[in-house]
Amino acid sequence: MSGPRHPGFDTLALHAGSAPDPATGARATPIHFTSSFAFHDADHGAALFNMEQSGHVYSRISNPTNAVLEERIAALEGGVAGIATASGQAALHLGLSTLAGAGDHIVASNALYGGSHNLLAYTLRRFGIETSFVDPRDIDAWRAAIRPNTRLLFGETLGNPNLDVLDIPTLSALAHAHDVPLMVDATFTTPYLQRPFDLGADLLLHSATKFLCGHGTAIGGLLVDGGTFDWQAAHERSGRFATLCEPYDGFHGMVFSEESTVGAFALRARREGLRDFGAAMSPHNAFAILQGIETLGLRMERHLVNTRRVIDFLVAHPAVASVAYPELESHPDHALARRILPRGCGAVFTFELKGDRAAARRFADGLQIFSHLANVGDAKSLVIHPASTTHFRVPAEQLAARGITQGTLRLSVGLEDADDLIDDLKRALKLAQKGA
Amino acid sequence: MLLDVHGHQAYCYTGGKAFDPALPAIVLLHGAQNDHSVWALQSRALAHAGLAVLAPDLPGHGRSDGPALTTVEAMADWLIALLKTAGAGRALLAGHSMGSLIALETASRAPASVSALALIGTTYPMRVSDALLETAHTDEPAAIEMVAGWSHSSFVPGPSTAGPGVSVVNVARRLMQRMSARNPSGLLHTDFAACNSYANGEAAAASLHCPVLFVFGKQDMMTPPRSTALLTGAVKHGAVVHVDAGHAMMAEAPDAVRSALFDFAQSVPMRS
Repeated sequence: MSGPRHPGFDTLALHAGSAPDPATGARATPIHFTSSFAFHDADHGAALFNMEQSGHVYSRISNPTNAVLEERIAALEGGVAGIATASGQAALHLGLSTLAGAGDHIVASNALYGGSHNLLAYTLRRFGIETSFVDPRDIDAWRAAIRPNTRLLFGETLGNPNLDVLDIPTLSALAHAHDVPLMVDATFTTPYLQRPFDLGADLLLHSATKFLCGHGTAIGGLLVDGGTFDWQAAHERSGRFATLCEPYDGFHGMVFSEESTVGAFALRARREGLRDFGAAMSPHNAFAILQGIETLGLRMERHLVNTRRVIDFLVAHPAVASVAYPELESHPDHALARRILPRGCGAVFTFELKGDRAAARRFADGLQIFSHLANVGDAKSLVIHPASTTHFRVPAEQLAARGITQGTLRLSVGLEDADDLIDDLKRALKLAQKGA
Repeated sequence: MLLDVHGHQAYCYTGGKAFDPALPAIVLLHGAQNDHSVWALQSRALAHAGLAVLAPDLPGHGRSDGPALTTVEAMADWLIALLKTAGAGRALLAGHSMGSLIALETASRAPASVSALALIGTTYPMRVSDALLETAHTDEPAAIEMVAGWSHSSFVPGPSTAGPGVSVVNVARRLMQRMSARNPSGLLHTDFAACNSYANGEAAAASLHCPVLFVFGKQDMMTPPRSTALLTGAVKHGAVVHVDAGHAMMAEAPDAVRSALFDFAQSVPMRS
């Protein structure tokens, strides 16, 4: 029997969560630049505060512009709810702090963005949350690291900076066998390249600053609840997740898993985490990110085309020692990538320049189209030297273990004409070699 | 709240307030492959408006133990036992879809226990197409996709009908998938078969003496308003409210459904 036809990616990217503004007919999503929302009457105000009705009270907790963005990412990812945050870091913090507190434990990939590593390794430890870091490819290491007080497994869909492909099907099965969820950072892949919930992940986050916004303008994060993890069943078996399954004094004894069978996590994250930590997204930024998402499918196609052209060039260049990109057979996760990233492996990758740190600096300084800065996922092409910037706090032996050397460079390939990008790289590689 | 009904644990959500049998009671009955949480934007408000709310998970659904019941009549008997165990007295029964048939049959079997009926997203006969019934039997995930689609007026509903950032369609899909995970023994087919085979609706409706409210979704494709004449015609004291939503109207038009229930509860004599 043929069922209803579900809308495609681009249709959802343009429409999910929005409608012409009922007050004005405005077709674009209005920026609701207001801190607060007037109550109809005293009863209405009380009902909103007590979660008896849906509606907006104060823009730290929810805002109509942000809500469109949140619903759109939930639709694109196949999740039950999204939450917009001030940054990707704020989304990570909100996700972790909703599940873990003092005395709890996290198992995380050791191939993380430097900022995520800092939060887990240093800052959360100060608040009593301990993290064990494991090689994302070593499933036995993930298994061995899980403890009775572990609250989640966490990794990046494509690891930073060498694009280790997270084996979401295997890791999620392992997590679920131990009654913990798998949370992933899907920034590098976006829902266009991969839908982690379809592969078994339970929670995900984006630095929306990157490909979702796509133009290097707004800072923002998105946390999405897949609605797939049965918190109550896990609580009954393991005692974990009391924050979701036992009365919460901070909201009149509310039990979030009773209020919402499949959205308990998102409910608590908003009603506690946004309320109390306050890392809300500005509606201006939500608008900018919505504009970006409208063309995400088109942009990702062009990002992939350009990236493949650039990689073909670099692989063949004598000044390049190696290129780390899972679409290449030389990448250790090539087979896995073909299986779980069939559309492609994104537009961010690293390569190894022959020569020393000085050669890498000459290369970065010699580029004219690629901008040397700390970001990825811009429409404009970008370059960075991880050892001296994003990963400069990581101890040398850990850098080596992750395959990062003084000659490692990370590119984020933009939407320019590919021939111009290749000319730019050709010129900079020549400059790098000249000084050797 | 957990109760023992027919030897099995039955879970009831009570709207964030302890159930008080001394208050006028309202019972919210979910439909096929669902649980109490479909009433999230009605139950909590009704409980805080002075009603004693019971939103049970039917046997084999959500947190309630036991095998799923296979007929509407058996579900009605279970509900009568639950009301007695809870000490609910006379109650307003509100049911959605399959839940509306349970409410109707319960009112027919135990009229002294029922003060009024609110039948939401209902029709009679509640026929499930042979193709959907067969798909539910042979490929439950595919049937869930069909129901998730047909239960909503649009895949891209207006912003935040069920809360900021919530995807109404995905919540419905995940909830049905969760019911499957918790009860993998063909729950959706069992529920659909119960709806399909229920044959006492017209007689039950004709026997009613209590006030009845019908709430229909204007875009409802599962139980279209145009299919409801037999049921509405059989009821002596009925009123109809149309809301701008599909079958999943508690999520798509939460305020309209809540207001309809609240106004109805205030209009009928309810005593504990």
